[in-house]
Amino acid sequence: MTERPPLGLYIHWPFCVSKCPYCDFNSHVRDEVDHAAWRETLLADLRHEAALTPGHELTSIFFGGGTPSLMPPATVAALIDAATGYWPVADDLEITLEANPSSVEAGRFADLAKAGVNRLSLGLQSLDDDALRFLGRAHGVAEGLAALDVAQGQFDRVTFDLIYALPDQDLAAWEAMLHRALGFGTTHLSLYQLTIEPGTRFATMVQQGGLLPKDADEAADFFELTQAMTADAGLPMYEVSNHAAKGQESRHNLVYWRYQDYAGIGPGAHGRRGGMATMRHKKPENWMAALARNEHGCQEETVLSLRDRAAERLLMGLRLVEGLAIPDWQAAYIDWDRVDRLVIQGLMTRQGNHIAASANGMLLLNALIDACFKGDDDGR
Amino acid sequence: MSTALDHIRNFSIIAHIDHGKSTLADRLIQYTGGLTEREMSAQVLDNMDIEKERGITIKAQTVRLDYKAKDGDTYTLNLMDTPGHVDFAYEVSRSLAACEGALLVVDAAQGVEAQTLANVYQSIEHDHEIVPVINKIDLPAAEPEKVRAEIEEVIGLDASDAVLASAKSGIGIEDILEAIVKRIPHPKGDRSAPLKAMLVDSWYDPYLGVVILVRVIDGVLKKGQQVKFMQAGTLHLIDRVGCMRPKIEQLDELAAGEVGFITAQIKEVAQTRVGDTITDAKRPALEALPGFKVVQPVVFCGLFPVDANDFEKLRESISKLRLNDASFSFEMETSAALGFGFRCGFLGLLHLEIIQERLTREYDLDLITTAPSVVYHVNLSHNNGVLELHNPADMPDANRIDFIEEPWIEAVIYCPDEYLGSILKLCQDRRGIQKNLTYVGGRAQITYDLPLNEVVFDFYDRLKSISRGYASFDYHQTGYREGDLVKMNILVNNEPVDALSMIVHRVAAEARGRHMCERLKDLIPRHLFKIPIQAAIGGKVIARETIAAMRKDVTAKCYGGDASRKRKLLDKQKEGKKRMREYGSVSIPQEAFIAALRMGDEG
Repeated sequence: MTERPPLGLYIHWPFCVSKCPYCDFNSHVRDEVDHAAWRETLLADLRHEAALTPGHELTSIFFGGGTPSLMPPATVAALIDAATGYWPVADDLEITLEANPSSVEAGRFADLAKAGVNRLSLGLQSLDDDALRFLGRAHGVAEGLAALDVAQGQFDRVTFDLIYALPDQDLAAWEAMLHRALGFGTTHLSLYQLTIEPGTRFATMVQQGGLLPKDADEAADFFELTQAMTADAGLPMYEVSNHAAKGQESRHNLVYWRYQDYAGIGPGAHGRRGGMATMRHKKPENWMAALARNEHGCQEETVLSLRDRAAERLLMGLRLVEGLAIPDWQAAYIDWDRVDRLVIQGLMTRQGNHIAASANGMLLLNALIDACFKGDDDGR
Repeated sequence: MSTALDHIRNFSIIAHIDHGKSTLADRLIQYTGGLTEREMSAQVLDNMDIEKERGITIKAQTVRLDYKAKDGDTYTLNLMDTPGHVDFAYEVSRSLAACEGALLVVDAAQGVEAQTLANVYQSIEHDHEIVPVINKIDLPAAEPEKVRAEIEEVIGLDASDAVLASAKSGIGIEDILEAIVKRIPHPKGDRSAPLKAMLVDSWYDPYLGVVILVRVIDGVLKKGQQVKFMQAGTLHLIDRVGCMRPKIEQLDELAAGEVGFITAQIKEVAQTRVGDTITDAKRPALEALPGFKVVQPVVFCGLFPVDANDFEKLRESISKLRLNDASFSFEMETSAALGFGFRCGFLGLLHLEIIQERLTREYDLDLITTAPSVVYHVNLSHNNGVLELHNPADMPDANRIDFIEEPWIEAVIYCPDEYLGSILKLCQDRRGIQKNLTYVGGRAQITYDLPLNEVVFDFYDRLKSISRGYASFDYHQTGYREGDLVKMNILVNNEPVDALSMIVHRVAAEARGRHMCERLKDLIPRHLFKIPIQAAIGGKVIARETIAAMRKDVTAKCYGGDASRKRKLLDKQKEGKKRMREYGSVSIPQEAFIAALRMGDEG
């Protein structure tokens, strides 16, 4: 057992071939990318973070985007080499990369595995061609499944995403799709209900009346079916939208939900560094310019108040089925009367200072968090 | 030096909204040189924004015009602009009492409108000489001869000498001025008799203090004079005497027959009562002028700031408005739902709306208005006296009440025939008793006895909507009658919500209660548990709805980059909670109260 606090490293690759209509992530479409410059700049940003977080143990690296499967494998390798040189590394270091399930990208999986990636997260999104078109995806089901097959041959761990509860999807169709998905033999699944994020093309369509999202009651039925099926298949929910066999949880994402420190580099990446929130310049060009100027890509470093940290720790921690133990410093920001009332209602569980959302409560998490968090005190 | 009586004319203008009263007034001012072109802003006399927008006059205004007539003499014409709404009937009667005649302005295309009738009859009651003016004769649709016949047939006035005019184009303005001089009688009065002047209106001016509009009946009002307000019993020293042209012009004196203003270092409008008699302190008149009344508020409601921090601002703003309008009353009120606010009394619904709008607009306040209430007479059992009640919260227990009386009105509604059926139904639904139905020139005139509490509950809005704005409505209070009135509570999760309780007739209670429950069901967001909403009289539930428990409220994705954003969302949610009130652990957004209270009777 090490004394060193764990650290996750997030590396953001902001480029995509095209922008999907549901996506509100920091992604950009550019005709040409100067790969040599991007490699050097990411390495510089990494160097800066490493210098500020000595004494941590690196437990995970996550390449997210954008579409990081478009990164040259050499860049991926260089970043992994640099990172594992800066920090002491955990024995079971998890290195995840998000990938598009296209045939072009599948052709790079072997090189990415060679670079050190040991977990691939595939953006399959659906097993229905109409749904994929609706979601604005470039790949079809057959191409996606072929990519999954390649990935399973190259990486120790593979996970994939599905988006469900689409406006015209019925429960039976989802049941069939999920049943099929559970049969592919992956030990991890991310299952997201379609969420209309402000600023996306879907949001505009909703506003104009061209898209009618499912109401909360119907969405709840979809959620409950999902929990029952995944649990039966041995991939129960461990976080609101994430399912895994025991021990196969995403270690990197657990760092977020357990509110441990993480370094975030690359355009728009967020980090938490000893009670401080870091945020990189969002626009790729601005981030590049900032690095040229300052040797780091930070746009903002904010010291979080105890209250804000208490809020974040609660809202991240309750997403996990395991819940969280409330330390003394956080206890003042918890409305324990409300917690106890929610326990009576069967929406939460509590053992001493350890709280968690119940299976029923997980569906109402936003309301639970709002009820439990006592934010007016400001530490008084 | 004051003007000789036979060279003074005091008159008002009677017109339906949009028939051109303000334009005509402006034109008369312009023609006689009261203001240059540049100084004429749209509708000079209606000087409050709300007056301009709504086309109604709230405060009486006056303007003095000097007109050199064709006979070679110069006459002083005083135009009194009168409040144009039933809520201000008493003020109107005092303004009319200060005149000897009126111009009746009728739109040459639209003809006599119902609203005009009430005002004309009032003017006739004051023995006014009425000069018909057919306006907008240059419109393509103008039918002056038809309108002339209508005036004779409908109102019964001789319209053979009606003046044809277009205020907008400046046609017939001189004819109107000549008609005023030739046909409207000059005022009578005795310059040497003891001073008797009528207080017509008053308003607060930030530079001058309270300005009092007066009509001198007998004697002379002078700067430096010690005067007595006979009804108020107070003494004041006149420090300014003058007239409006419409700019203020100071004079040495105002004598019998004249209209003008005085100031007397009075700080609050509340010290001046419309209709009071001003006399000389040393040589007082023997008796006061007839017709004085103390006006009493008839409609009450609670005004609460949406943001509790605005309470002091609301107090200050209400106090300031009260400086200028003594006819509304206010006292502090607390509500569990709405916090600190004021219980305010008004002359009528329009008056309520005006005050509310001025607070919102001029003082930039966000307000919640509770359902309007009338003044009930609660006769307590065992001859324990009569309680005047205008707040449902003060309703005594049923076993302490012998019986309750409510105010009734006589309402006169004019409307085109086609809307008659639905208007009669509306009146019946509101417990009305039909008294009369006659036809006046293609329009129906309906007279109904109605309980005032049915009228303050959005009657006027309903009337306007079912008649597409063509119906006009006039009323006066006729006294109190016993009624089967009960207090209805609204319970959310079994807890009564004070702001939503109301006094209703037992017959109307169920429908009102059901409607309120249905509305609240849509307005209160789902909670983590199911919420019963009930309407109840005493312990008896008369309507019930249930809000189902919330089933899903969870964010699908939340990773490292989302922590800050989700925290900010949580903060925003918390901030929103501050605008909510808790009832039986149910958070009700303030918007729900506002919407529920504003709802009207749409069902």
